[in-house]
Amino acid sequence: MKLATFKRHLVESFKSLKRNGWMSVAAFSAVTVTLLLVGVLLTILLNVNKIASDVENDVQVRVLINRGTAQQQRNQLKNKLKAETAVKKITFSSKEHELKNVIKSYGKGFKLFGGDGNPLYDVFIVQTKEPKQTVQIARKAKNMKFVYDAKYGGTSAKRLFAIVNSIQRWGMGISLLLLFVAVFLISNTIRITILSRQNEISIMRLVGATNSFIRWPFVLEGAWTGLFGAMLPLIIVDFGYVWTHRVLSQTLASTSYRLLSPGVFLVEIDALLILIGICIGALGATFSMRRFLKI
Amino acid sequence: MIEFKHVSKKYANQITAVDNFNLKIQQGEFVYVIGPSGAGKSTFIKMMYREEKPTLGQIKVNEYELEKIKNSKIPFFRRELGIVFQDFKLLSKLTVFENIAYALQVIEKDPVEIKKRVNHVLKLVKLVSKGAAFPAELSGGEQQRVAIARAIANKPSILIADEPTGNLDPETAEGIMKILEKINIQGTTVVMATHNSHIVNEFRHRVIEIENGHVIRDQDEGSFFQDEASNF
Repeated sequence: MKLATFKRHLVESFKSLKRNGWMSVAAFSAVTVTLLLVGVLLTILLNVNKIASDVENDVQVRVLINRGTAQQQRNQLKNKLKAETAVKKITFSSKEHELKNVIKSYGKGFKLFGGDGNPLYDVFIVQTKEPKQTVQIARKAKNMKFVYDAKYGGTSAKRLFAIVNSIQRWGMGISLLLLFVAVFLISNTIRITILSRQNEISIMRLVGATNSFIRWPFVLEGAWTGLFGAMLPLIIVDFGYVWTHRVLSQTLASTSYRLLSPGVFLVEIDALLILIGICIGALGATFSMRRFLKI
Repeated sequence: MIEFKHVSKKYANQITAVDNFNLKIQQGEFVYVIGPSGAGKSTFIKMMYREEKPTLGQIKVNEYELEKIKNSKIPFFRRELGIVFQDFKLLSKLTVFENIAYALQVIEKDPVEIKKRVNHVLKLVKLVSKGAAFPAELSGGEQQRVAIARAIANKPSILIADEPTGNLDPETAEGIMKILEKINIQGTTVVMATHNSHIVNEFRHRVIEIENGHVIRDQDEGSFFQDEASNF
């Protein structure tokens, strides 16, 4: 295609957006609503995946020490744990420190459990060299003297993965359905604008325009619709995520789990939403053009 | 050159619009296609620019065999034709200049050449001063002249005009005919479907008369009504 022709298509597609006024607004709205839902779903899905992988890679085993265990006995336990080759590091966290973490995560209401009423245990936080060694260390620690229980990420991970899987399956399904609806909505909206321009298309055909020449301005118009329609969801998702990240990060501060940090993640999400918008817009236009280009 | 060999067209509703047409139009001819409404004129004309496909027979326009032509080749075939309609088919949101240029833009002509060519055809149809006007600001005759200018902008070898004077008063219609004759003198074949007896009788050319899907008369220098021919 000649550069001059492509320029003409670009200008025409812009003019046409303006000329079609409310029809364009209707098409933008269809894209906006769909992409907003897709954007929110994607953000949730990717963060669920991130936390699932954090849990999976959690190399910590929390060894809960029986209440009333003396300092010397605790040292014995520590030495026994240290003797395990898979163990990398052992940190002690008193039940008071544990309670502080709880209060930090869940609120000041838990201050009631301070002092003698503290139901928590002293804990050895054992870090293993490899994530897969956590299971083995936790099993061994459970059977050691002075140990009340040993917990590792794996137990919750199994449950979490089941949830993640279903979220992923449903999320993907809903996203695909939404995209299909968007293509349908945009096709219909563009089809109505095309109907009002049938005269123009018939003249183009009579003077010898090829199908691709006729199609291009409409496809570009669809792509613009997708691009402009993606702007509002993009802003909502960006600001919404930054806020959610700030709030949830405080809650997750005491754990080793983290949400995806907004910087690169949002750039990727934005790029993806724009790409999806442009693609569904252009696709919608291509579909709706087909009927009018049959000879 | 246009050639119809045993051409028939039957629509899905079983109506035969064109039945066994055999005719040849040489390059540079001026031909009227006349007949009452529903006679098959429009189908005949539409088959000429491959808007309709024949059910039977062969149609050859220049080098193109229209019963065999691939859909992808139709745009290139149509670039050899100019087509004018009764309702002008101008784009209301474009100026006169843009309407004519549009026909050249869609076939990807060079912008400099487009400007030159549009000015040339505007001169030919005597509308140079109206280049910046919009169709709604023009009279019917002026709009039809714009449509003709657009049709000839690409120097077609054949100009097909379907009732080009149908919406015009007699004086304006004569003006349009003079332009069509001028185009014809320059070597362009003109095929014109019309109901206008005055035009046919005034500007004498070959007449093809169609009735009920049949060619009932094909006469050089013919008149609108067959019995008038001898009196002329």
